[in-house]
Amino acid sequence: MSHDHEHGHHHHHHDDDDVQEHREHGAPLTEVELRVRALESLLVDKGLVDPAALDQLIDTYETKVGPRNGARIVARAWVDPAFKRRLLEDGTAAVAEHGFVGRQSEKLVVVENTPSVHNMVVCTLCSCYPWAVLGLPPVWYKSAPYRSRAVIDPRGVLSELGVSVPAHTEVRVWDSTAEIRYMVLPERPAGTERMSEEQLAELVTRDAMIGVARVRA
Amino acid sequence: MNGAHDLGGMHGFGPVEIERDEPVFHHEWERRAFAITLASGFLGKWNIDQGRFAREQMPPAEYLATSYYEHWLFGLQKQLNDLGLVSHAEVAARQQDPAAPAAPVTGGRVLAARDVEKALRTSRTSKADEDVAPRYKVGDRVVTRNIHPLGHTRLPRYARGKRGIVTLDHGVWVFPDTAGNGLGRKPQHCYAVRFEARELWGEASTSRDAVYVDLWDDHLEPA
Repeated sequence: MSHDHEHGHHHHHHDDDDVQEHREHGAPLTEVELRVRALESLLVDKGLVDPAALDQLIDTYETKVGPRNGARIVARAWVDPAFKRRLLEDGTAAVAEHGFVGRQSEKLVVVENTPSVHNMVVCTLCSCYPWAVLGLPPVWYKSAPYRSRAVIDPRGVLSELGVSVPAHTEVRVWDSTAEIRYMVLPERPAGTERMSEEQLAELVTRDAMIGVARVRA
Repeated sequence: MNGAHDLGGMHGFGPVEIERDEPVFHHEWERRAFAITLASGFLGKWNIDQGRFAREQMPPAEYLATSYYEHWLFGLQKQLNDLGLVSHAEVAARQQDPAAPAAPVTGGRVLAARDVEKALRTSRTSKADEDVAPRYKVGDRVVTRNIHPLGHTRLPRYARGKRGIVTLDHGVWVFPDTAGNGLGRKPQHCYAVRFEARELWGEASTSRDAVYVDLWDDHLEPA
């Protein structure tokens, strides 16, 4: 299974190393593990959830939907000006051309980073995120440090993450308080003029599409 | 409600730490919590705004001390308990004894494995089909209401009583501040409203920066 590393200040139950050790020695599960297991078995016994549907939901978001979707969109926009125009005018329709539709993406708005405007996306109230193009959000996006600081100190956050925004560039923070989802179209890096669309897609990172990183050649 | 979930503008939580090569889930229980939450949502017993409001009612000290899927789990358990589908007592009993009984319930529409793909593709939570006239147009100056409801609202504390400019009209959407409190859909226009950083945070802020917040007609007054 994936490495057990929980983020930030959320060491609430056990140290993860402890959990690992308990498991290896056959010791009891943590309270939250027991609670989830109890709840799932009750939902199944009562016929409220289909166990096979649970596996399929997990598989969809663990292996099928992720930031590679968004990276393909970005690369296409970089090489195809007509697609880029459609993407910025109506993001929902433009990504639907690629089959990227559905949950947590009822309406998608794509905002373009340029030398004069730097966009970044947050959800201060919960964790709204464009699942259809980026998959499930990373822990830092859902955590208190980012949700609290992105709106009051975006330049500080960006600077800590290694993104320096010149004083003459306007920073726009999009707080996703509705069902509209935002994705950033990052700037195409210099020196990529000869790259293919596939090669360009390889360069595009999740964090660049949230607006907290630049794409590097 | 003025809960711990409304984090915008708070201080003291430390640096943003991005984990390299982060996995989608860190623990098996997160996978299960994610899946049972999504699947239970498809029962149609509550809307997305009621789901959010349930999480927001986690006591603030607990909310800040727990991880994201624990918030989800709290909200799910609260909904299931309050609607008489799975009681807190049943869960507690099962934690002690895997053979503890499950009281029968009359189910809603259960999401079947064969329907998952289609359900995820076509699921709509909040876009409204009603033709409702917008109260504002792009470029209008507005001021947000200074409200502090005990129930659910999507108007964050930091943006209350602030002046902004309507920048995008997103069309007609369900209004979370009623839907999340079981008070109906009240469809109306939702807009991206631009607030200058100095309007929100004072003169020490960078003059050229701005925050855009998606807000509904009922959050706004003409300025």
